[in-house]
Amino acid sequence: MEVLTIKQYEKTGILSLEDLTLPNDEQLKKGVAVIECVQEIPCNPCVAVCPVSAISMRDINALPKIDFNKCTGCKRCVGICPGLAIFVIKLKDDKGLITLPYEFYPIPKVEDTVTALDRKGKPRGKAKIVKINRNNKTSVVTIEVDKELIMDVRNIRLD
Amino acid sequence: MKGDTIASALHANGITTLSHSLRYHRPRGFFCGIGKCSSCFMTVDDIPNVRTCIMPLKENIRVIEQDRIGSLPDKEFKDKKRKKIDVDIVVVGSGPAGLMAAISAAKQKVPSILLIDENHLIGGQLVKQSHKFFGSEEEKAGTRGIDLANELLEQVNSLKNIKSMLQTTIIGCYNSKKNHKLISVKRQKEGDLLFEINCKSVIFACGAMENMLAFPGNDLPGVYGAGGVQTLMNVYGVKPGKNVLMVGAGNVGLIVSYQLLQAGVNVDRVVEILPRIGGYNVHAAKLRRCGVPIYTSHSIKEVYGKNKVEGAIVEKIGSSFKPIPKTQQDIICDTVCIAVGLTPSIRLLEQIGAKTEYIAEAGGHIAIHDSSMQTSVKGVYVAGDSSGIEEASTAMIEGQLAGVSSAMSLGYDKQGKELQKKYIKALEGFRSGPFGLKPKICKEKIACCWDGGINY
Repeated sequence: MEVLTIKQYEKTGILSLEDLTLPNDEQLKKGVAVIECVQEIPCNPCVAVCPVSAISMRDINALPKIDFNKCTGCKRCVGICPGLAIFVIKLKDDKGLITLPYEFYPIPKVEDTVTALDRKGKPRGKAKIVKINRNNKTSVVTIEVDKELIMDVRNIRLD
Repeated sequence: MKGDTIASALHANGITTLSHSLRYHRPRGFFCGIGKCSSCFMTVDDIPNVRTCIMPLKENIRVIEQDRIGSLPDKEFKDKKRKKIDVDIVVVGSGPAGLMAAISAAKQKVPSILLIDENHLIGGQLVKQSHKFFGSEEEKAGTRGIDLANELLEQVNSLKNIKSMLQTTIIGCYNSKKNHKLISVKRQKEGDLLFEINCKSVIFACGAMENMLAFPGNDLPGVYGAGGVQTLMNVYGVKPGKNVLMVGAGNVGLIVSYQLLQAGVNVDRVVEILPRIGGYNVHAAKLRRCGVPIYTSHSIKEVYGKNKVEGAIVEKIGSSFKPIPKTQQDIICDTVCIAVGLTPSIRLLEQIGAKTEYIAEAGGHIAIHDSSMQTSVKGVYVAGDSSGIEEASTAMIEGQLAGVSSAMSLGYDKQGKELQKKYIKALEGFRSGPFGLKPKICKEKIACCWDGGINY
């Protein structure tokens, strides 16, 4: 029988960077989707929505695989993912742009300053709202943060 | 207010005690919110034991808290005539499985299909699902449950061979060699109507009810099923309280916690007795990045309060599920949500004589069925959670399978075999991943029981 070990994220719900496939700096400059989906869930809307077939899956239960070279950072997958688990990350000079799904009211406005939160919900300084799109009631929000925080910040809180 | 039930309207006005227990006169509140339990029984216009959570609010009704069993006023029901209806297929339950069963049987050109539901809304539990569904494009992944319910309702309305009867409860099922007889009561403004429905085939898609946990104080108003809270909040727009303790970190516990946050209700924490989170990590991650802690290996010890929940004690759980001494924490909260799984609703299936078995992976007793979803009673089919607890996506496919199979049994078999194969393959696909393991084992055991392979 298979020995069942419990992974850290199964205890806490929080992923670490070791659990993820991450892009390199060159790819980050272009802006790419980072998929934070590490369990084999029967689900595939991200594959279906991708206009350049950068996301692939062997079958409906497989993990989504992303080809960072193909990905154009178009953000469609951010709004469609039922697990709200896809983020588009882009480096811009000394700043980082994070596009994340947001499903709370009120919806922030462009130019608003909000609190940036990490995967634990811990405040990590301020972020500026750069862009907002709406996709089937999920707001797709792009924020600007310090570039050191691009792999940590994953949520916002309106003050 | 329009669209409210008696219980939701009472809640909106701060009345959470709906009845008292018979012996000790303990206050009781609402629990499941979908007409599956007895927690919201009240006397309405002299009729006792009315499930106020599914009874639409009307003007000038007299609602009285009930502290005894009560008796029926004779004249209300004396000399009531039953109306006879003859149809080809009856579908009981209008959730994802029932809706798809009715739609797919209708598409097979079965002349008359009757869709029956106890609730006043079509869609079963879809109507309270404000999150986007997982799954594949064919199963409408990325669509929110509520939008899906509306889409399917439109389809039902466009199919002339489906008629629906809402607020209708089946109170008796009988079968003879040729047909099945269902006795039902339809609740309506002008008074209840009794129906005798004769049909050639019946599909039971009755869903499931939420499990309760045994701990002191579990009957205090303010202890709800997590699904009950979801109904209250997402269907009727009523917040259950201000600060919530969620018990159970399966998908239901995680999703409802997130929806509580969306409604502006604080979630103090989620406790889970197992050492690992049972639901999808993506749901847990959403909660965590909003700052809600999840405590695995923790459980609820008791709930305290005078007439309503005022707080709860949680404790750490060690090996063999034994509480670890001196790990108790007192949590000040006004709401405790229980999200510890579901039990299939099979009472009607039992009554009609379908063979049942206890299958742990199914969530309890279920009617065993063959690969076409037919039970041991000819012409009686089952689909969705009442054939084993699973997801809405698989319930929809099972519904389609049962609908097509039922239509085939009546001779409407155009491309039936191909469709059956397609649905069976789709179900296998969904059950091939790690999260599909439990339903896969469940269905394997059912197949084994069906073949007489397991003797209990």
